[in-house]
Amino acid sequence: MEIKTDDYSVVYDPATQTVNFRGSLRLSGAEEYADITQLLSEVAEQAPEKINLDLQDLEFLNSSGINMFSKFVIKVRQQGNTGIQIQGSKKIPWQGKSLKNFQRLMPNLQLDLQ
Amino acid sequence: MDDELLLEEKRQMQEEMEQAQILGDFNEDLPSSEEYLVIGFSPGSMPLKQRWRNNGLSADFLAEYLATFFPGNEEDTIKADKTIEVKSAVSYVANELLENAMKFNDETSHLPISIKLEMHSDRLIFFVKNSLGAQAMAKFQSYIHELITSDRDELYIRQLEQNVQDESSGSGLGLLTIMNDYMAKVGWKFEANLQHPEIMTVTTMVQLDL
Repeated sequence: MEIKTDDYSVVYDPATQTVNFRGSLRLSGAEEYADITQLLSEVAEQAPEKINLDLQDLEFLNSSGINMFSKFVIKVRQQGNTGIQIQGSKKIPWQGKSLKNFQRLMPNLQLDLQ
Repeated sequence: MDDELLLEEKRQMQEEMEQAQILGDFNEDLPSSEEYLVIGFSPGSMPLKQRWRNNGLSADFLAEYLATFFPGNEEDTIKADKTIEVKSAVSYVANELLENAMKFNDETSHLPISIKLEMHSDRLIFFVKNSLGAQAMAKFQSYIHELITSDRDELYIRQLEQNVQDESSGSGLGLLTIMNDYMAKVGWKFEANLQHPEIMTVTTMVQLDL
C-alpha cells in the first residue's frame, strides 16, 4: 500500500508494520485526506500488536492533517489490543510542538523524537 | 429641523457601522514596525481547490523572507536552531491563517484577501484580512467565544475527540493549535463595509513571541 504525489508520500511496509510519511501534507480537509485515512484504517484492521508511524521526514503538517492523525489514534485506542509508536524528528519543530497531544489521546502511545 | 434630525440620525447610523467590534487579544496600540511584508490575493474565478497550494507556497515564502531579517547575536548553532524554529512557526501559522481566510471568505464581495507579517524586536505579528457573510460570521463569533472563554488545553482534546464523530470537513483545529501549540496571542476585529452592508471584514491578529 502506498500513495505518492509531488508533495508527499505515504508508504506501508508490512514487514515492520511501519507507515512512512514524507514531504509536506497540507491538504484542504477530510475529503482530501480520505485516501490516507483509508490506508491507515486498513493497517489498523489487521490488528497488529503495534503500528509504527514514521514521521521523521514529514516536514509540514497542517491542522487538517493533525485531525486525520488524531482520529486514527482515537480509533486504534477504541479498538484496543493495538499499540502505536510514533517516530519523529527533533529537527522538525512542529513535531515537538504538536505530537505530544497524541499522547494525551492515548496515554500508552510511544513517542520517540530523535 | 426635520432634515437636521434626519441627518443626525444618518450620521449616527454611519458611525455605528464604522465602529469595529474587537474580540480576544487584538492590540491596535502597538508601535508599527519598520519591517513588514504584505501579500494580497484577488479571489478570482479559479476554484479554491486549484488555488489551494498557494496557501502553503505563500506561507513558506513569508518564512523564507523573514529568515533574511532574523536578528541573532548568539552563538551560531543556537542562532541556526532558533531561525529554524521561527521559520517553522511562521510557515505553520501563516498557512493556517491563509487556509481559514480562503475557506471562509465571502466571494460575492470580490474584496481582496491579505496577509501582513510585521517584524518587531520581541515578536512577530500577523494580520490576515478577509470578508465574511452574516451566517459565517455568526458561526465564527460563537466559535471565537468558545476559544477565548474555555480552558484551551481541555477544549483541544475535546475538539479532537468530537471530530471522530464528525465527518464535516472543518476540524476547528487551526486557531486552537496556533494558540495552544505555538503559544500565540490571537484577536479579531470585525468591521462593517459601507459598500457591502451584508458583509463584514474580519482581521485576525496573531502575535508570536520571539
